[in-house]
Amino acid sequence: MAQASAAQDRSARKRKPDSLSAKLPDETILEWLRQMQLIREFESRTMQAYQQAKIGGFCHIYSGQEACAVGTIGATEHEDPIVLAYRDHGHALARGMDPKACMAEMFGKLEGCAKGKGGSMHMFDRPNHLYGGHGIVGAQTPLGTGLAFAKRYQWEVMEKGGKHVCLCYLGDGAVDQGAFSEAMNLASLYSIPVIYIIENNGYSMGTAISRHSANSDKLVMRGQSFGIKSVEIDGFDILDLYDAFKPLVDECRDLQRPAFVDLKTYRYQGHSMSDPQKYRTKDEVDEWKGKDSIAALVDYCMNDRGCLDEDGWKAMQKEIKDQVMEAVEFAENATDPVPAEELATDVYANPQPNLSPTEDYHHGVRNPLL
Amino acid sequence: MPLWMHIMPELTLVQAINQALDQEMERDERVVILGEDVGHNGGVFRVTEGLHAKHGGDRVVDTPLDESGIMGTAIGLAIAGMRPVPEIQFEGFLGPAYDQLVNHGGRMRTRTRGAVTVPLTVRVPVGGGIHAPECHSDSPEAIYTHSPGIKVVMPSTPYDAKGLLLASIRDPDPVLFFEPKRVYRSFKEEVPEDDYTVEIGTAKVVSEGDDITVVTWGAPVFQCLNAMDELPEDVSVELIDLRTCWPIDVDTIAESVEKTGRCVIVHEAPLTAGLGAEISSLIQERCFLHLQAPVQRVAGFDTIMPYYKLEMDYLPEAPRIQKGIEECLAY
Repeated sequence: MAQASAAQDRSARKRKPDSLSAKLPDETILEWLRQMQLIREFESRTMQAYQQAKIGGFCHIYSGQEACAVGTIGATEHEDPIVLAYRDHGHALARGMDPKACMAEMFGKLEGCAKGKGGSMHMFDRPNHLYGGHGIVGAQTPLGTGLAFAKRYQWEVMEKGGKHVCLCYLGDGAVDQGAFSEAMNLASLYSIPVIYIIENNGYSMGTAISRHSANSDKLVMRGQSFGIKSVEIDGFDILDLYDAFKPLVDECRDLQRPAFVDLKTYRYQGHSMSDPQKYRTKDEVDEWKGKDSIAALVDYCMNDRGCLDEDGWKAMQKEIKDQVMEAVEFAENATDPVPAEELATDVYANPQPNLSPTEDYHHGVRNPLL
Repeated sequence: MPLWMHIMPELTLVQAINQALDQEMERDERVVILGEDVGHNGGVFRVTEGLHAKHGGDRVVDTPLDESGIMGTAIGLAIAGMRPVPEIQFEGFLGPAYDQLVNHGGRMRTRTRGAVTVPLTVRVPVGGGIHAPECHSDSPEAIYTHSPGIKVVMPSTPYDAKGLLLASIRDPDPVLFFEPKRVYRSFKEEVPEDDYTVEIGTAKVVSEGDDITVVTWGAPVFQCLNAMDELPEDVSVELIDLRTCWPIDVDTIAESVEKTGRCVIVHEAPLTAGLGAEISSLIQERCFLHLQAPVQRVAGFDTIMPYYKLEMDYLPEAPRIQKGIEECLAY
């Protein structure tokens, strides 16, 4: 059903042969599809594990928004830093985090990306230049400015490395936070190459955007008011997304300027796992599911490019399913932290013998998965 | 027991707070609630469930995610004579609102020499024990106790929650009203439907005893009771629920410690510079010659609140409290 209507959308406008995405090799497109399906599968297993109380804390599911993470990260270089909010599993996987480390983190296990101390909202992966999920709404936006400041300084002043851009993701709810205005002002004032990507799923937790943000149909005006190049992009179609986003990334990298993207998307699940979702109808959710980004990309691969057939798609799904099951099994069998050892690790670089608990604070063991 | 006691409804902490808000909104039209998803969705912990339907969107206001804006707007409402009761979703989200609360809310009366006051009640879920990560499990009461001009309240029971919330809303100064999440739905008790208040700044003696005083507040009250169950029967513990972190009811504490000569203070917040340090200092100032042992503290550690696998090792649970009591008795 979802695939059929997506196919209709697709056949209504055959891919433009001159677009950037059309010129990409089949392998790239199939890799995007694989990543998006990995995120979708990973999230459904995450929900299952959460309902079985294997995952603690709060859990924010990314299903529906896969094209945003995969398309934007796919348009950047591996060394471009990323910082984001707490709906962060998808970005971590798209940036190359081992699904085992991601799942183990949510299970609170030592093999997790933050040794099971951060949980679902705090996915960090230094080798993959992922500077975290963050739990305070909007508070990551000045960090994005700072990361990009550092990259520009290292390139320009220290003559170390090339030109980079920082991808700083936030939800539409976070645009209301004061910190975001401060971050944008600094970025424009100092000409800092940070791209603020508003993953605009239409809801600030349970409050629709028209009820939480003034002038909400023209979010780009906020970026423009700081003199930042600001664009709206369809975040539900990964090809359109790439075609619009890639030139923007190139421009920001080249000119070392900030940018603002209102990336229109939709989340299929509630804000968190404990959201009663009184604020929207099932019909609304179903309407978006009818335009599903994964179904649309499968259709494109099969019918426009001819780089995938039914058997190939089934094989890919099976492979991903196995990979995610393996991650869940890994997380279940991973190591529980030993309280006496882990409560006092990684708080300070140097031992602080007079603090509680009375053990010395020390660095924990490095995670072999990262 | 009088007859009316038997027909009182039993409520959870959540229900008691909901009832207090509902009744006070009926009584006083200056009371308005504002916060993230407090209206249509009834709040993240469903504390404001039903209030939007009953009192309307002008009085139960869904706000954007902007704690600084919520707090500043609420202070503006308060100085104009309203009785705002904003909700900050989790204690960790007080960070962005800190500037408004501490630099405006707490100082307006002094700054204007009493011409402008801030009758504000900020409701904030607090503490650990619900498997939430850092920023959603912290206990920052000492930070705000250390900020002059703000009262800090933390009830542990439904009865006290209703009485203290009504007292807070009617208080002429800003009150930070911490609600221990772990207790939200953990038990029910009888709560009168009538209007009553519990005076801010009064501690409650939960159980009387002669051998040792235990002072705590919020969710650890119940961990202390569990610890007391494990002690030998001949040990007589006086348990004090502080109920208000600021102003501290030092008289109740001192009277008890003068009787018992020993004291253990229990809190979830990190040990160092926690409220236990202040109370310990007050005890040595007031009860020095009565003390038979150094005042002991059983608290969280000087680390970031860990994720759920280590949560119960961080929190002062019954075995650690029991050990603290036994060590203090054995001194």
